[in-house]
Amino acid sequence: MLRVEGVRKLYGDFCALEEVSLEIQAGEFVSIIGPNGAGKTTLINVVTGLLKPTSGTVHFKDRDIRGIGPVRLAKLGMARSFQLVTIFPELSVLEAIQVAIVSRLGRGTRLFHALAADREVRDQALEVAELFGLQDKRDARARQLPQGDKKLLDVASAFALRPECILLDEPTSGVSTAEKNTIMQIVVQASKRMGIRSIIQVEHDMDIVFGYSDRIVALHQGKVLADASPAEIQADEQVMSMVVGRPTH
Amino acid sequence: MAGPAVAQTSPRAGARAFAPGAWVLALAVLAVLVAPLVVSPYYLTKMLPFFAYGVVLLGLNLLVGYTGLLSFGHALFLGVGAYTVSVATTRLEIRSFEVILLLAALTAAIVAAPIGALCVRYVKIYFGMLTLAFGMLFYSFLIKFYAVTGGDQGLRVAQHSLLGLFEARSGERVRFLTGQFYYYAAAVLAILALVMWRIVRSPFGLCLRSIRDNPEKAEYLGVSVRRHRWYAFMLSAVYAGIGGALLGPVTGQVDPTLVYWTHSGNLVFMVLLGGFTSFFGPLLGAFVFIFLQDQIMSVVPYWRLVFGAILAAIVIFAPTGLMGLLSQRPTLPRWAVLRQAPGPEHAN
Repeated sequence: MLRVEGVRKLYGDFCALEEVSLEIQAGEFVSIIGPNGAGKTTLINVVTGLLKPTSGTVHFKDRDIRGIGPVRLAKLGMARSFQLVTIFPELSVLEAIQVAIVSRLGRGTRLFHALAADREVRDQALEVAELFGLQDKRDARARQLPQGDKKLLDVASAFALRPECILLDEPTSGVSTAEKNTIMQIVVQASKRMGIRSIIQVEHDMDIVFGYSDRIVALHQGKVLADASPAEIQADEQVMSMVVGRPTH
Repeated sequence: MAGPAVAQTSPRAGARAFAPGAWVLALAVLAVLVAPLVVSPYYLTKMLPFFAYGVVLLGLNLLVGYTGLLSFGHALFLGVGAYTVSVATTRLEIRSFEVILLLAALTAAIVAAPIGALCVRYVKIYFGMLTLAFGMLFYSFLIKFYAVTGGDQGLRVAQHSLLGLFEARSGERVRFLTGQFYYYAAAVLAILALVMWRIVRSPFGLCLRSIRDNPEKAEYLGVSVRRHRWYAFMLSAVYAGIGGALLGPVTGQVDPTLVYWTHSGNLVFMVLLGGFTSFFGPLLGAFVFIFLQDQIMSVVPYWRLVFGAILAAIVIFAPTGLMGLLSQRPTLPRWAVLRQAPGPEHAN
């Protein structure tokens, strides 16, 4: 589904990514891990078409997506949520989800179409809100939500695009430990219900990474250090100490 | 940037929430309808610029309040509309005001298309400065190309007919303006307000508000930010063109001061005064501006000084404008709040 081959990204003399190759198949939940400065954010920006790699190729559904930008990428079927909570502060919960649905249905330029009377958009938005446990807060302004709900809304609006592949940049960052597993369970259930085929996440919380991933890609100093199952990664002492910062016992 | 909110609650809940506002609106419409019967012609002639500016500001607020783009050169499109009336009536000898309004809208759209395409590539102060620059370019054009534009003298607006039925006869201009033209301009404002009401509640309006709140997020949800901004710019210019066309017959003469940067500043002032966070805020701003200016000018010659102080007070104390102040629930004085507050025995 997503194929990254020999990607290199230079910022001046600094090499952020060095010959990075990875492949994401349909049905996979892949986590990208690595210490700060490993190149995770650069890799995400390259994969989501925001940055053009210095060399190498990125294909999504066999189409070259190097530097195509977020709008065309969304139309192709890839969505993204952000590390820092990214919401529309003055929109209601339902409206924030409707933005994605309106965009997916190609109705974003309809000038005289009453949104409130569009049952298709409303029903789909309510369905997404319900999946993410936000139905009771559907009329609340996004800025008034608690932090955990803001994070859920951020992810929910990306899910509302019904992408084939979704990239979650630290989906549990900034929320309490108690809320982390709840968020992840909601994300996994929602992806099954909405037919999302692949999830790629960047995550620092190793409990979340090992608990939910089918495969883990470990980055270190811009290079792929390991690309293996959670069990194999946990068994690899070198990877654990270099990437996670602790040896296994 | 906070902006107008559009309720997306259930229809019943929406009706309940809007009920007081609907009553106020109904009263305002009634007042406009009966005004020619009870108000002196002097004040009726003050209502005509209100209708014209009302149309302009509905469009400007689509850009400022709904899209988050502050234009400092919007008088350009108002001027395009006003000059279109003049050229149409004097040189093209078009009499039908409906045709003239369409022509003004079309001309404004044609002028706005390339300007908007360039300006929407920028945001914040850069967008504001670019629009200001284009406004001043047009001002210079009007001043220098005397043969076409009449230079600083401007051009006169000749006779025209409304709906093919009503025309101003010689010596009856004031009666025409405060009679047929008054209702005509009010109807144009009402129709365009309804159209704009529909636009801001459409999927397009939702996309504009998402762009205003967070353009990066909107792009990742597949909203083409630049394209939507451009459409909003064009619509806004069309409204300004029509508003300018309504202003032409009122003044009887169009001149370059219409597009000067201070006039653009006045438009922004009206939006801030009424409040860009509400749909009707700019209309209230236009109304208060026009009548306040009239009253202050009759008392002191330094009306700009007074307006400057008012603007500063609004920005500091009432950033949501007059409409924001009016929509606030009355609060109890501090002593009453303290008396009502639970005592320590109730506090946790």
